[in-house]
Amino acid sequence: MKGTNIGEFEELVLLTIAALVNDAYSVAICDELEKNTGRAAKLGVVHAVLNRLEEKGLVKSKLGEATSMRGGKRKRFYSITNGGKAALIKSKELRDELWSKIPNLVLKRI
Amino acid sequence: MKTSSPQPPKWATRFLRWYCQPALLEDLEGDLYEYFERNVKDKGVGQAKFIYILDILKFFRPYTIRKPKFLNLLIHSIMLTSYVKTSTRSIARNKLFSTINIVGLSISMSVGLIIIAMLFDLNSYDKFHENHNRIYRVISQYQTGNNEAYDFNATTSLKAAKSIQESFSEVEGVAVLQRTFSGDLSFGEKTIPLSGFWASEAFFKVFSFQLLQGDPATALKNPFSLVLTETSARKLFDDSNVLGKTIVLNNERAYTVTGVLKDIPVFSHMKFDMLGSLSTWEIITVNAEQEMSWLNVWNSWAYVLLPANADVGVVQRRLDQLCIQENRSVQNASIKLELQPLGDIITGENHSNQIGQVMGSTPVWMLGGLSFIVILSACLNYTNLSIARSFRRSREVGIRKTIGALRGHIASQFITESVIIALMALVFALLLFLFIKPHFVSMEPSLQELLVLELSPKLIASFILFALIVGIFAGVFPAMFFAKMNAIQILKNVTTVPAFKGLTFRKLLIGFQYCISIMSICATIVIYKQYRHFIAYDLGFTTENILNISLQGNKAELLKKVLLELPEVKNISQSTLITSTGNAWIVNMKNPVDPHDSTTVFFNIVDENYFPLHNHKLISGRNFDGQLNGKEESEVIVNQHVLNRFNIAGKDPHKAIDQIVYVDNKPLRIIGVMKDFEYGRANNRGPKEVIMRYSKDASNYLNVKILANDWPSTYSKIEAAWKRIDPVHQLQAKFYSEEIEEAFVGLKASVKVGGFLAILVICIASIGLLGMVVFTTETRLKEISIRKVLGASERRLTYHLSKGFLGMLMAAAAIALPITYLFFENVMLPNIANHAPLNITELLLGVFAVMLLALLMIGSQTLKAARTNPADILKVE
Repeated sequence: MKGTNIGEFEELVLLTIAALVNDAYSVAICDELEKNTGRAAKLGVVHAVLNRLEEKGLVKSKLGEATSMRGGKRKRFYSITNGGKAALIKSKELRDELWSKIPNLVLKRI
Repeated sequence: MKTSSPQPPKWATRFLRWYCQPALLEDLEGDLYEYFERNVKDKGVGQAKFIYILDILKFFRPYTIRKPKFLNLLIHSIMLTSYVKTSTRSIARNKLFSTINIVGLSISMSVGLIIIAMLFDLNSYDKFHENHNRIYRVISQYQTGNNEAYDFNATTSLKAAKSIQESFSEVEGVAVLQRTFSGDLSFGEKTIPLSGFWASEAFFKVFSFQLLQGDPATALKNPFSLVLTETSARKLFDDSNVLGKTIVLNNERAYTVTGVLKDIPVFSHMKFDMLGSLSTWEIITVNAEQEMSWLNVWNSWAYVLLPANADVGVVQRRLDQLCIQENRSVQNASIKLELQPLGDIITGENHSNQIGQVMGSTPVWMLGGLSFIVILSACLNYTNLSIARSFRRSREVGIRKTIGALRGHIASQFITESVIIALMALVFALLLFLFIKPHFVSMEPSLQELLVLELSPKLIASFILFALIVGIFAGVFPAMFFAKMNAIQILKNVTTVPAFKGLTFRKLLIGFQYCISIMSICATIVIYKQYRHFIAYDLGFTTENILNISLQGNKAELLKKVLLELPEVKNISQSTLITSTGNAWIVNMKNPVDPHDSTTVFFNIVDENYFPLHNHKLISGRNFDGQLNGKEESEVIVNQHVLNRFNIAGKDPHKAIDQIVYVDNKPLRIIGVMKDFEYGRANNRGPKEVIMRYSKDASNYLNVKILANDWPSTYSKIEAAWKRIDPVHQLQAKFYSEEIEEAFVGLKASVKVGGFLAILVICIASIGLLGMVVFTTETRLKEISIRKVLGASERRLTYHLSKGFLGMLMAAAAIALPITYLFFENVMLPNIANHAPLNITELLLGVFAVMLLALLMIGSQTLKAARTNPADILKVE
């Protein structure tokens, strides 16, 4: 099925949305990503990813309340759908499984 | 929201709103605003604005762009039929308007069509070569000492070509063409003159000339191999199987035919009748060392075939290395090599020593620019007239808008109309194109060789595209004008329509057209004057009644003897070249005073009759006498510039006699000093120092002084005499004056083109003015009638109506005349040697002619309006 496999950046965005809970809108997601990963997250990139995730059905969005902030424009809040959760869990499981296969010896010598 | 806080640029936001999908717009706009506010705090207002604009441009992506709505498209396509219908009706109803525009556009578009067809032709050059985009020509630049480098040559040295062939692993093949391989080919009884090049073995590997017979890999391998074109082969042989046959060239050497080429396509930059193998040339060439020197960059063309995806830069760096290495081995000169793509040869920079005719980029740009001006002028007419008659159409627009037409609908209606007019104009333009085509091509001999201008489906398609573009361009301003009209205002009261406000704008447009008209007519007059001036220029010797006959390899003595038998022939002299027509031969000359100083001087080799026959004046000393004939060269006649350049005998012509100068390392005694004359073309600033050398064996021409009343019969007598001496070649004889005219054929062509375009621009401006006067007086008929009833005379009325236009014309002349004058006086003419002085009265004559035409247009219409019976107009309402 299309959309069950997600890329690394998509995964990061999904996790950030989940972490932000009720405050997950584009600018906040960018800031959070930058804070956590330490790399610059451009709005253009994040916006495109959010749009793609929504198309894949991994996130859903709704417009917030109108305020006088942001030139009077509403925010679009994102939240993870069940499909999104499944995709996250699946990718975590895949990683765990691979981790478990690595003998302890190999990684100890860093 | 505080209004004092900095806001992002409005136009950028508007752009975002225009392209972005509505579903994505609101939050995206908000996001960008938030970032903007943040950036204002962190980085300052200026940078925040810049980032905001950049972001909006960055968001212009496939997923954000608004998709066109199906419904809108449907409405547009339904309405299109309606637009076409109303447009054709409106075109049919406004006959004057339509005629003016169709005539104007079709005239100007025909010029555009010529240019498009020309570009098509130029663009199809050398495309038949399979690897055309991988073939490059090696061009060279020669520089002596610290002097300014000469222009790039299309040729290069044979040595460079060989080095590339042997040591460059980056190239797949090197085709070398060496000049000149020509002469009379004989097979059995038949003898025909052919010309071509020596070509290296890889010629058929690099180029895709098609061999009908023979093997491309080996055809040019062995010495004394010869490849003929199909036409030449048919001329020489009766049967078609010619491989392996032996041909004799110039009664000297025998060659074996190893291949027959399909005739050279028209769009090939190199043209030839035959090719000889370069290995032959290596065997028979006399002074191989001189020919193979690194500095001899005048006789070979080298073409390299690079592999697919090759990096041209890498090959160029190898060439630079080669130059550095080889330049060390020579003194006082250096060579620079560059690669020129095959596609750039015809339309690229005008290098010297071309292998065939080229166009160069300058004429293409000039013609393109001029035709753009003509088309612009016709489009301005359309714009102008559409707005001028807008009050007629304004009611229609008002009603459409009331019914619910949007701005876009109105605009597309008017653009449809202009496109229809442009397409109708295209039909006439195409007919005009077919009519002008032969005249254009025959304007200059080189064009005749270069261009075909044949109609093809692709060309027709681009013509139609061109018409669409012209239509849209012409219609876009009127469309915007009508689309902006206020429906309520129009329907309430027509006279408040902004057409009356736009009068200044329209006058400006017409004024601009007249500016261009006056400039072009003045420029043509100036160039024509220069042409006449140079044709009749006093060169310092006589050219009257001198017929120059090219010897074409025949013995001068034989032909002279036959010609002198004719009673019309008064005298005959011999020369190596025809001076003052742009030809030049140079030789090295050492300063007799200072042995370290040497320079190149220009020369001609003549016999003892040359000076009296051409009336060259000797300041001191004597002419050659026939005594030296057949002996070692030992005498020379120099001109005053040579004395001045070398400071010989204190520049005194009388003392200079019997001084020894070294020419080409030979000691020559100065026996005479001649008056300076124009050695190169009269408009060139080049050759000054000229020497005359003596020999009867080096002649290429006979200069025949003729006194004849009946020229055609004399010519046929000369032709008959020629045939007795040389049955193979055609007689090539031209009067000196013709040769000089031919030397200025480029100037003549620009007079023709300039004159033609000037007439077009004037015609277009005139009909534009006519239309404008008609429509403006039409709107003022009521005013005129009232004035008339109140007692104004016809004369006063005509003046009153014409006043505005006259002022505009005066202004146009006042702007155009000084610009043209200053341009020629300060920019163009200082670059031309010996030019004729500018004559202001002639320019004024041009202005006067244009003005007279304009006055005729204005006067006829205003007078007509002033003569109308006021009762007829006033009783209507």
